[in-house]
Amino acid sequence: MNWLQSIGAYGLRFCEGMGRASFFLYSTLFALPSLLGQRFPVVRQFFNVGVLSIQIIAVSGLTVGMVLGLQGYYTLVDFGAEESLGQAVALSLVREMGPVLTALLFAGRAGSALTAEIGLMKVTEQLPAMEIMAVDPFKKVIAPRFFAGIISMPLLAAIFSAIGVIGGYFVAVGMLGIDSGAFWSQMQSKVDFYDDVWNGVIKSMVFGFVATWIAVYEGYDATPTNEGVSAATTRTVVHTAFAVLGLDFILTALMFGDV
Amino acid sequence: MPEQKEDILVDIKDVTFRHGTRTILEGLNITVPRGKVTTIMGPSGTGKTTVLRLIGGQIKPNKGTIFVDGKEVPKLGRGDLYALRKRMGMMFQSGALFNDLNVFDNVAFPIREHTKLPESLIRDLVLMKLEAVGLRGAKELRTSELSGGMARRVALARAVALDPMMVMYDEPFTGQDPITVGVIMKLIRVLNDSLGLTSIIVSHDVQEVARISDYLYVISDGKVVEKGTPTQMWHSDSKWVQQFLNGLPDGPAAFHYPARDYVEELLERD
Repeated sequence: MNWLQSIGAYGLRFCEGMGRASFFLYSTLFALPSLLGQRFPVVRQFFNVGVLSIQIIAVSGLTVGMVLGLQGYYTLVDFGAEESLGQAVALSLVREMGPVLTALLFAGRAGSALTAEIGLMKVTEQLPAMEIMAVDPFKKVIAPRFFAGIISMPLLAAIFSAIGVIGGYFVAVGMLGIDSGAFWSQMQSKVDFYDDVWNGVIKSMVFGFVATWIAVYEGYDATPTNEGVSAATTRTVVHTAFAVLGLDFILTALMFGDV
Repeated sequence: MPEQKEDILVDIKDVTFRHGTRTILEGLNITVPRGKVTTIMGPSGTGKTTVLRLIGGQIKPNKGTIFVDGKEVPKLGRGDLYALRKRMGMMFQSGALFNDLNVFDNVAFPIREHTKLPESLIRDLVLMKLEAVGLRGAKELRTSELSGGMARRVALARAVALDPMMVMYDEPFTGQDPITVGVIMKLIRVLNDSLGLTSIIVSHDVQEVARISDYLYVISDGKVVEKGTPTQMWHSDSKWVQQFLNGLPDGPAAFHYPARDYVEELLERD
């Protein structure tokens, strides 16, 4: 019966964790209006979370777009449909690759940094020091990072997709000899703003919300030791990956299930 | 110890605090007189820092009451608790300085958060606090450029930035060289007397705190085992207190962790 006990214990721990994370989210959302009075901390977090992630997002977007161009070409050419490559690359990027890969890269680059930073603030007693100075850490530390993460993710996903399309264009037109006009016109006629681009934006907003929530929560909930922060940082990346991939399936089924 | 109600700033009565199944404090009674330096001593892990966290309202007791300046801390709402905390300062063991701010901004932090004073006045106030701890010249330094002792002095300047009624010190001397210990001792006493503060020190550095404290409490296993002035404490009949004050390796607090009979275990064969 030990395995049954283990499953029960895991279930209880999971429910307890979700409860704590929900209370944490409630406090964070409640603290968001305080951001109106603190412009500089928000801008700084935009820089840390968003601007500093652009490099990895741009490089990844470019390579993913180029690979999509190559792989798509070798499939489409068998059907004489290689001129649809622009459409294939763009749809893959704006519907799936852009939001999902950006969220996974975001978890590795910005999410882990957020967790480690907040966790170390706990280790070095900066968060208790704020509390004892009657300054709410949710308003001062958590809310600016949370807000910056939510806003940054859709922008980073847009950059990822845009640069991915350019990468696909280089491969399709530059290497594989597809007509430039066909590449763009196929993309323009087949990619719908609301069904494809806007749904991709909604996905990236949901992923941004979840990924940033996990990152700041894990940092705040970390055991205040070196090992505790290390474990919390790992949990951020793993839990974000699970959450993003699971939510991606649900959102895709809801958005494109009837197509 | 003072018995007059109005002389007491912090009154901890019959407090029990448990963390999970472990009892940290049990039936603890401590009174902190206004305007004095009171020290809570005891071995590591005996719940000294927990007492400070209870006074600051960061945790709530399972049983008992904690009054600070006539207000029952565990029953205060968030707004009232924050209002009370504005009148408290705390120096953490690590200093707990914000490492994205320099020395000046660390000290200015509570003033900027809780007042709408013009920047020119904040500058003057911060310089006065830094001058009091001897670090006016270090105002532009990053926290990473400070030694451990300097960090604690900056933390002290920050703790008194809003001219609080009381300051709590969590292990202020731990890991410091003798000169720094002397500096911090002098600052605690001088600031307490000159600013009219009430100071609560948590420490296990017996010699140091005995020299600057008005009253001492020794706690062990979550209970007060002795209290009084430093002189009364040195003359205590308690063997436990004598072992603690003199740093004796064996006594009521045993040297050996509980174990089976030594000879029996050595002679045992599989």
